[in-house]
Amino acid sequence: MRHLLSTADLTREQAVRILDVAEDMADVATREVKKLPTLRGRTVVNLFFEDSTRTRISFEAAAKRLSADVINFSAKGSSVSKGESLKDTAQTLAAIGADGVVIRHSASGAPAVLAANAWIDAPVVNAGDGTHEHPTQALLDAFTIRRRLHGAGARGRSLDGVRVVIVGDILHSRVARSNVWLLATLGAEVRLVAPATLLPLGVRDWPVEVDLHLDDALTTNPDVVMMLRIQGERMRDAFFPSAREYAREYGLDEERLGRLRADTMVMHPGPMNRGLEISAAAADSARSVVLDQVANGVSIRMAVLYLLLSGAEEGIA
Amino acid sequence: MTARTVLQNADITRALTRIAHEILEANRGASDLVLLGIPTRGVHLARRLGAVLARLDDAPVPVGALDVTMYRDDLSRNPTRAPHPTEIPDGGIDGRTVVLVDDVLYSGRTIRAALDALSDLGRPRVVRLAVLVDRGHRELPIRADFVGKNLPSASSERIFVRLDETDGSDEVTIES
Amino acid sequence: MSVLVRGATLPDGTRTDLRIEDGRVAEPGGSADRVIDADGLRLLPGLVDLHTHLREPGFEQSETVLTGTRAAAAGGFTAVFAMANTSPVADTAGVVEQVQALGDQHGYATVRPIGAVTVGLAGEQLSEIGAMASSRARVTVFSDDGKCVHDALLMRRALEYVSTFDGVIAQHAQEPRLTEGAQMNDGPLAARLGLGGWPAVAEESIIARDVLLAEHVGARLHICHVSTAGSVEVLRWAKSRGIDVTAEVTPHHLLLTEQLAESYDARYKVNPPLRRDEDVLALREALADGTIDIVATDHAPHPVEAKEAPWDEAAFGMVGLESALSVVQAAMVDTGLLDWSGVARTMSLEPARIGRLTGYDEPFAVGARANLTLVDPSATRTFGTEHLAGRSVNSPYLGRTLPGRIVATIHDGYPTVLDGEVLPADQVALAAGVRRG
Ligand SMILES: [Zn+2]
Repeated sequence: MRHLLSTADLTREQAVRILDVAEDMADVATREVKKLPTLRGRTVVNLFFEDSTRTRISFEAAAKRLSADVINFSAKGSSVSKGESLKDTAQTLAAIGADGVVIRHSASGAPAVLAANAWIDAPVVNAGDGTHEHPTQALLDAFTIRRRLHGAGARGRSLDGVRVVIVGDILHSRVARSNVWLLATLGAEVRLVAPATLLPLGVRDWPVEVDLHLDDALTTNPDVVMMLRIQGERMRDAFFPSAREYAREYGLDEERLGRLRADTMVMHPGPMNRGLEISAAAADSARSVVLDQVANGVSIRMAVLYLLLSGAEEGIA
Repeated sequence: MTARTVLQNADITRALTRIAHEILEANRGASDLVLLGIPTRGVHLARRLGAVLARLDDAPVPVGALDVTMYRDDLSRNPTRAPHPTEIPDGGIDGRTVVLVDDVLYSGRTIRAALDALSDLGRPRVVRLAVLVDRGHRELPIRADFVGKNLPSASSERIFVRLDETDGSDEVTIES
Repeated sequence: MSVLVRGATLPDGTRTDLRIEDGRVAEPGGSADRVIDADGLRLLPGLVDLHTHLREPGFEQSETVLTGTRAAAAGGFTAVFAMANTSPVADTAGVVEQVQALGDQHGYATVRPIGAVTVGLAGEQLSEIGAMASSRARVTVFSDDGKCVHDALLMRRALEYVSTFDGVIAQHAQEPRLTEGAQMNDGPLAARLGLGGWPAVAEESIIARDVLLAEHVGARLHICHVSTAGSVEVLRWAKSRGIDVTAEVTPHHLLLTEQLAESYDARYKVNPPLRRDEDVLALREALADGTIDIVATDHAPHPVEAKEAPWDEAAFGMVGLESALSVVQAAMVDTGLLDWSGVARTMSLEPARIGRLTGYDEPFAVGARANLTLVDPSATRTFGTEHLAGRSVNSPYLGRTLPGRIVATIHDGYPTVLDGEVLPADQVALAAGVRRG
């Protein structure tokens, strides 16, 4: 596989391999010298048509730890001028000599378009496209779960039988989509929870169980509860009546937190709306692995960049 | 293609025992020794060497693994390699005598990468190199301190080290 | 000039020679300046497209009246109805007369402008429908195509008002609120791809409302580019009640499905969107049984940069004139659903009747205006840009193998395509000038 566009493209072997390489990368993070010379002389471009400081700095840290040169192209700055097409930008990057492109775009499929066209001949990493996918987020989530469960013995393992509940705006969530495909591939049992307005059409055909009420899902003894960010403008578009009602029905409050096992992981892709989908108590509890997710994001992205950029041939075998 | 066996099981054991004696002699005992094998076969050789040393010196010798994949200078010329875990024994390598262990010494590039990797992990007092086979054709100013067998060979020939742990039998062959 | 088409097979299967003189079908047996050997070829009435975007004035980088009618001729069309969403919008007599005059001057096809229903397509105030109807362009079809006349009261008034002039409203049925941000057919695939869904109900609910309005006021209604099985059901019901409604389907909705969106290749982005297999089958069946009256191309040219973009940002639309007959052959004729008489009916006679275009009712009768298309159904071709004759190349069929080939097109008695080649513009314009006298 030359690009990372969707977790649906990954086989179980490939997914486990990425997680395993990320373990090696995580080991590097514990050393005094946190840098590897692996991608010295290679140029990674962070092409961010949509603002996301968190994801960008995570990819930037990953590339730099592998000694790659990093160029940030950001729509918020002046470098991607408004109205400049993806094609023009891609051709510019090709002329600069980019060896890999990390792209974040508000349009679903923009990374696929970039990968399919001959505008630039470089591996493309999808860093979030519209309401489609966010593969590295799902990989770091799977990595975080596997590490918590298996510690030092995590290498080579899948997530067979792990019960994951994903709660919130499934309809608009690229994180949810990428997680569903990846977690299912890795053998986890995924349960989606949302009001009917925020469930995608055809979700019953996805490799998941679906619950309309969070309280029902919590009775299934989950190993992981992943809360998705809910965006305020969804209210205006009549997906749910009010923030208060959403928090009451779908928020992970203290009372619901208390019903979880002590070792159930609470995850959130960030940034969190404390008090809306997740209470401060849940976000800061010992069950929360939110900061692990952030740290692991760098390891996963190092692994992906390494696998896609270092070799002479097909990246993820 | 013809294959010729140059070392058999007993030869390998004998070579490792001799190397162990030489290490003890050069190091004046096993104190402060750390063996780091280079994956994959170097790790198994390091473990065997560690066992011999422990027997001879009657004290455990720390053995670990040093993966050099991320330090190689030929990554972009080859298919993507899967890295192996690096395992540094408790106690680390600072101030210790590190003996790198590999199966075959050839161009020297792997050892160059190993030295780079090592310097990112700490500062050993001394770094030595032990190899089962030295086949010549060095491309860098690197030499082994302890050699199981010198095998002058043509570049066109291929040398295979098979070990019980990975291949089910112990032998070194030359194929041409 | 006189032309003899020798040994052609008519839509009904009869073999005949057909002589054309002074622009009309002539008595057989006379002399001919030119003979076209039509052995093994099908002679069809000149095709009529009720739904073409010629883009002029205003979007000449995509298409002009000249290039669009050249594409029409290449596809076997002798008449096209030009949609009103130009810039300025065709909502005054001035604009429609200009478009009509350009068509006459170039001569590749008869151009009948469609007038906007509302001023600026804004959906607020009726445009000067009477003035356009009585202009030299004699507008008979009115449409805000690209936008839906979604205000129910305005739609009622429009239906009533155009009936004063024997006109028809061609409705682009798309409930706007249900299709905000819509990018492709709403369903499991859109959900997986993360593309905004365009639900079938957004089309069906408008059609249902409008057939009821048409019934209530006793007016004629035409539905553009029907794309769903549900719409077919509504139309079938409306027709069974005797409501005066006609409907069109595009060639692409007869052949292509939403599955193509999976590539995120925006060549497959179109409004209404490509639908499911079951919709395609229902549309074919409806065209065969007359529930859907006609095929119309919705030829929608766009420059390359409008399509070389992420799906959300790319333009809706496909060019379709040049490929239309081949696609209909593949979807309807070669599948046994429609014979060539059916093709003649749905691609010439009926669209002409709906648009009140005269001279197409008895195309092979002596004395009829000679608007004819000669097609070789046994040919196959890998469709490529060399088969496109307009200004834009946003065809979804590039690289596909399609049956059939236009051998000759005769517009108003003079050829616009001969031996499969579109004739030069100056030659065609000259012939058109001679015909006008
Ligand atoms: Zn339309």
